[in-house]
Amino acid sequence: MNIWRIGRVALAAAALWGFAATAAQAVELSFWTWRQEDKAAYNELFADFTKANPDITVKFESFPDESYPTIVSAALAAGHGGDVIHTHAYGWLEQFVKAGYFVAQDQATVPSLANMPADALIAGTYRADGRVYSLPFASQTLGLFINKDVFAKAGLTPPKTWDEFLTVSKALKDKGIIPLANGLGTSWFNEMFVAIFTNPFLGPDFVTDLTTGKATFKDPRYIAALGKLLELRDVMSPGYEGIDYDTAGQLFVTGRAAMLAGGSFDIATYRAENPQISMDFVAPPTPKAGDPGTVTKFYDGGYAVNAASPNKEAALKLVNWMGTKQFGDKFSALLGNISPIKGVVINDPLLAEVATLNQTAMPHINVVYFRFQKPTGSELLQGDITKMMAGSITPDQLGADLTAGVAKWYAPFQGK
Amino acid sequence: MIRDRRRLSDLLPRRRSLWIAFLLLPAAAIMSVFVAWPLLSAFRLAFYRFDGLMPSDFVGLENFRQVLTEAPFSDWTWNALHHNVIVFCALMVLENGTALLLAFALLKALPGHRVHQVIVFLPVVLSSVIVGFLWKLFLHPLFGLVNQALALVGLHGPAWLGQESTALGSIILANVWHWVGFPTLVLLAGMQRISKEVIEAARLDGAGDGTLLLKIIWPLLAPSVTIVTILTFIGSFNWFELPYIMAGLTGSPGGSTDVLGLYFYRTAFGSTTTGIQDFGQGSALAVLMFLLIAGVTAIALRLLRRREVEL
Repeated sequence: MNIWRIGRVALAAAALWGFAATAAQAVELSFWTWRQEDKAAYNELFADFTKANPDITVKFESFPDESYPTIVSAALAAGHGGDVIHTHAYGWLEQFVKAGYFVAQDQATVPSLANMPADALIAGTYRADGRVYSLPFASQTLGLFINKDVFAKAGLTPPKTWDEFLTVSKALKDKGIIPLANGLGTSWFNEMFVAIFTNPFLGPDFVTDLTTGKATFKDPRYIAALGKLLELRDVMSPGYEGIDYDTAGQLFVTGRAAMLAGGSFDIATYRAENPQISMDFVAPPTPKAGDPGTVTKFYDGGYAVNAASPNKEAALKLVNWMGTKQFGDKFSALLGNISPIKGVVINDPLLAEVATLNQTAMPHINVVYFRFQKPTGSELLQGDITKMMAGSITPDQLGADLTAGVAKWYAPFQGK
Repeated sequence: MIRDRRRLSDLLPRRRSLWIAFLLLPAAAIMSVFVAWPLLSAFRLAFYRFDGLMPSDFVGLENFRQVLTEAPFSDWTWNALHHNVIVFCALMVLENGTALLLAFALLKALPGHRVHQVIVFLPVVLSSVIVGFLWKLFLHPLFGLVNQALALVGLHGPAWLGQESTALGSIILANVWHWVGFPTLVLLAGMQRISKEVIEAARLDGAGDGTLLLKIIWPLLAPSVTIVTILTFIGSFNWFELPYIMAGLTGSPGGSTDVLGLYFYRTAFGSTTTGIQDFGQGSALAVLMFLLIAGVTAIALRLLRRREVEL
């Protein structure tokens, strides 16, 4: 009897030891993000990863967008935080890298970096050492949404040039339709609104001149492009000064407005809000007929590995997997976002159009070049643009404010 | 034996002190960790330059110089401070003035005064977030209750929160609606403490409502007015929730609703869509706000207390 009892105890101990050993090998990674709405899609993607890597599971943890930088910086400063952190790009990322919070990624640890185009990698690169710290996850495109049903009912054709845009808008207004749904009630979107309508007038040469110091925001090209925005006041929503981006979206989706300057990141949202909607996403009006359509593009962020993570190896494995075509295909299909991974297949016709527009896109100037130090171009522009649209300052004053503010830290503007 | 008793009695006060210290310890520990330490920490960080999210060099008063004298930071600081002063003055007149009249009306115990007392105080129990969202909806230029009501009488309402000329005033009015019940209650309690004989004597001498309020109640209400004034000052200079909900972190449009609370938060913690975090400048702003609020409160308290004695 005693021998049996000893045997059973030994067996149980062996089983427990076995479980413990398995548990010790298994790793649960935590993935931190501000994209609460993407939980189901990410969980599906992570399930695929676990299928290929049975010893690693991934827990999706999301935080409110507005307080995300505070939460992440506080956690990382205390040596905590997720193993893999969803980051924003450019200047946002740089402050975290400077503090030593993220692991550098290279071909040895994250071979899928080779799948990324060069402009995407810039979004996740620390300028001081030229190394990548965050694997890019999606490009976002800013352009013009067209409600095709509204145009069809009004018997009008979506405009291609600026003059057509104003003429068509007047015709829509005469029929009681709001031509352009946008307002100025959401600061962060106001900056995008500026980029959407000014970029076609600025052209890629202006960006080169800005980044080489040949031009500033006082340049006549920039001032003239800002001046064009003033013409939009007549075609925007009534009470546009107080219309926020969400309301603008509702006006567009419900057919009360014919057009909306917006981002490709909202394609899925608008479809969910009105599954019957027939919409298009096109380049904003060009200065003259025959000019190539110019949308605005930027990379939203990427995936970084927490330098304090006890599971760095597994975390890098996950990040590497997030740079593969397998991930990119499913990511684009599930989330309606355009993955920057080379060779990704985009089946959705509207997203495919956006991807085509991206080939001739211009960068979102402020986000890509002027958000690295204080005062950022974004806070300066967001503060001044409503004043300019209200007529309390001129485009020249806005250009001068933006140049003087950014010159505090951007050497090419100093003394100009 | 007698000597021993003396020793015991000598020890008792010490034991009592130790016991009191022991009881105070948890509260002191909590205050130290959550109040004193962050305060001292902010003082320390205000003297450092932040490169990324970590303090790098000791820069002395540089952060203070930037937020007070170097454009555009100083423009933003003075603009925000200016709005805080407007908020304080407006609340003193609109919120506390209304509260005084409401308290006087409630004091008269007219029929249904208890119901009115509850109604006036009801918004105070609501969270600022709820009030902010509610008023943002009311003031919506297209679908808002206010503009719909104006349309009924043939008026065209503006975009209240979208115009520089109306945005701050709209948020102040929402704040008045939210908080007017609190000073009303404080002033009503102060009025109820005034001896009934004094009021009856004034009435017998032929004092009307206006004379009674200005000549009798107002001077005797001085302690309550002191409390209400100080709390309004602190509230006005710490104003954050309502402008944040109704106008966003940038104090839109064009910084016309920006206040020190928003500017501090934006500077220290950044925003996903505007910029980067700078704890150095943010801490300098926090220190300046603390000094301003503590300093003015101390002086005002002294002056108002002196006024109480004189009256």
